[in-house]
Amino acid sequence: MISKREATLNYLILGFFAVIALFPLLGVLSSALTDPANSSASLTLPDSPHFANFLTAWNQGHFGTYMRSSAIVTVSVVVLASILAILAGYAFATMRFRGQSVLFYLLLLGLMVPSEALIIPLYYDLRDIGLTDTYWSLIFPQIAQSLAFATFWMRNFFRGIPTSLIEAAQLDGATRWGVLWRILVPISKPALLTMSMLIFMWTWNEFLMPLVMITAEDLKTAPLGLAFFQGQHTSQFSLLAAGATIVAAPVVVVYLFLQRHFIAGMLSGAVK
Amino acid sequence: MSAEKMAATAEVGAIAVVPTSARRAPRKSDRIAYLYLLPALVVFGAFLLFPLLHGFWISLYDWDGLSPATWVGFDNYVQAIADGALGNAFLHSAILIVFFSVLPICLALLLTGLMTHATKLKGMGFFRVVIFLPQVVATVVVATVWTAIYAPQGVLNQFLSAIGLEAVTRPWLGDFTWALPAVGLIGTWVQIGLCLVLFLAGVSQINPELYEAARLDGAGPVREFFAVTLPGLRPQIAVALTLTVVAGLKSFDLIFVATRGGPGTTTTVPGFEVYRRAFDLNQVGMACTVGILLALVILIVTTVINRIDPGERA
Repeated sequence: MISKREATLNYLILGFFAVIALFPLLGVLSSALTDPANSSASLTLPDSPHFANFLTAWNQGHFGTYMRSSAIVTVSVVVLASILAILAGYAFATMRFRGQSVLFYLLLLGLMVPSEALIIPLYYDLRDIGLTDTYWSLIFPQIAQSLAFATFWMRNFFRGIPTSLIEAAQLDGATRWGVLWRILVPISKPALLTMSMLIFMWTWNEFLMPLVMITAEDLKTAPLGLAFFQGQHTSQFSLLAAGATIVAAPVVVVYLFLQRHFIAGMLSGAVK
Repeated sequence: MSAEKMAATAEVGAIAVVPTSARRAPRKSDRIAYLYLLPALVVFGAFLLFPLLHGFWISLYDWDGLSPATWVGFDNYVQAIADGALGNAFLHSAILIVFFSVLPICLALLLTGLMTHATKLKGMGFFRVVIFLPQVVATVVVATVWTAIYAPQGVLNQFLSAIGLEAVTRPWLGDFTWALPAVGLIGTWVQIGLCLVLFLAGVSQINPELYEAARLDGAGPVREFFAVTLPGLRPQIAVALTLTVVAGLKSFDLIFVATRGGPGTTTTVPGFEVYRRAFDLNQVGMACTVGILLALVILIVTTVINRIDPGERA
């Protein structure tokens, strides 16, 4: 099908962009493995891998604490947003009720509102009820911001499921609740996985929300911790690189295993 | 009510293929829907809609965050539009959009035109994963990495010295002329992979007969690109535009970590102004005004972009 010359040209182009994408990221990894004594802003290639940097960053750089905060917030947001979106998506897809389209468009508005437009009033509202500097100040707003996409996603998936399947279950005596959790959710696993991967990535990588809401050291999330570490330790490049690697690692590792879900989800035009 | 009943009766007769309208026809007691919606709507209302309206409300006041606020109506908006500093922030965003959106999309289109059969290549899966990778790395990490690359002793200056261009080396992110394009190129690096993967997937879905027909008509590669590839990629171009333009408008993370809006205010963007005005300058009312304006710009831009591909969306 493809001529040899065409294939070579394609490989050259793809190879070039693969190198461009990888170079900065592998550079960080390489710096993170360099002995701190030899570290500099320039690209350093370690003689022998110096894994101790990760340990130093984890303990003395507090990245262990930051990662724990990020894990707590991210898992909470993914689980709660998914459950709420399944329930709401089910209602929008299979039921008919007064105000349906108004509510749906109101929810879709959430796709367009940037966190920059919410963050200031949110800060004052949450401060007034004593929620700033708690995990809740990160969890609730991020669930709200994920819901527009997540509900839309689940509704579209549920609508694609043949009605005959639902009706057959109802003839067998299944309740609405039963149809949702015993029939629809199990066959939605791939869609659910894609959705939760996107929410996981958005929440893990979020920066503005923790920057404004959190001042307590032990509540800082991983990206926030990295930004502060970068501001304070400008000369400790191998530690900074180790920290950056630790912060990026969870999403990158999951991406490598579930790349189809990430790419398909993001290419569908999903925005938080 | 009666129309709904009729639809319900029609549904009884329906067998295998049920049209969408009939499928969503009412069954009994659909008020239960509100119970399913309740948890989502409560969280969405309390933590998104309410702050949004509250933000609009604050934007109508002159408020420093501490002392009592003074009602100024739309004065903040008038001032925001007249204020050159804010105008510059939006101008910087427009320049960033060239780097985040126009440059990656044009480059990816050109490359896609060069390799229309790439998805059939061996090892394409590997390239797709690698080229797309910058998209999933946290922006704070990306900014940290590129800050080191652009540093005075960084890789970029080292490389320039090595090829005899010592004269052009500089602290890129501290340079009044070059800081903004330098930040923009980080965006190009992040977005090019997304555009390329998106367009290559799109081009593989174009009917091969269209290419054959174009070739029979004697079209060269250039005319083939404009007659077949480009129109065929319309949905993908709309998606790429939406994602990259919005990313360019919401570049707070990148700016905060890489330049903090500096040197001077040469790289400040609306998102950064929201933060700076509220927490550094105590102009909370104005900060909310900028936030609302940014939301409006995003709303308008995404609506306009979706006109490119009206067939999409439910």
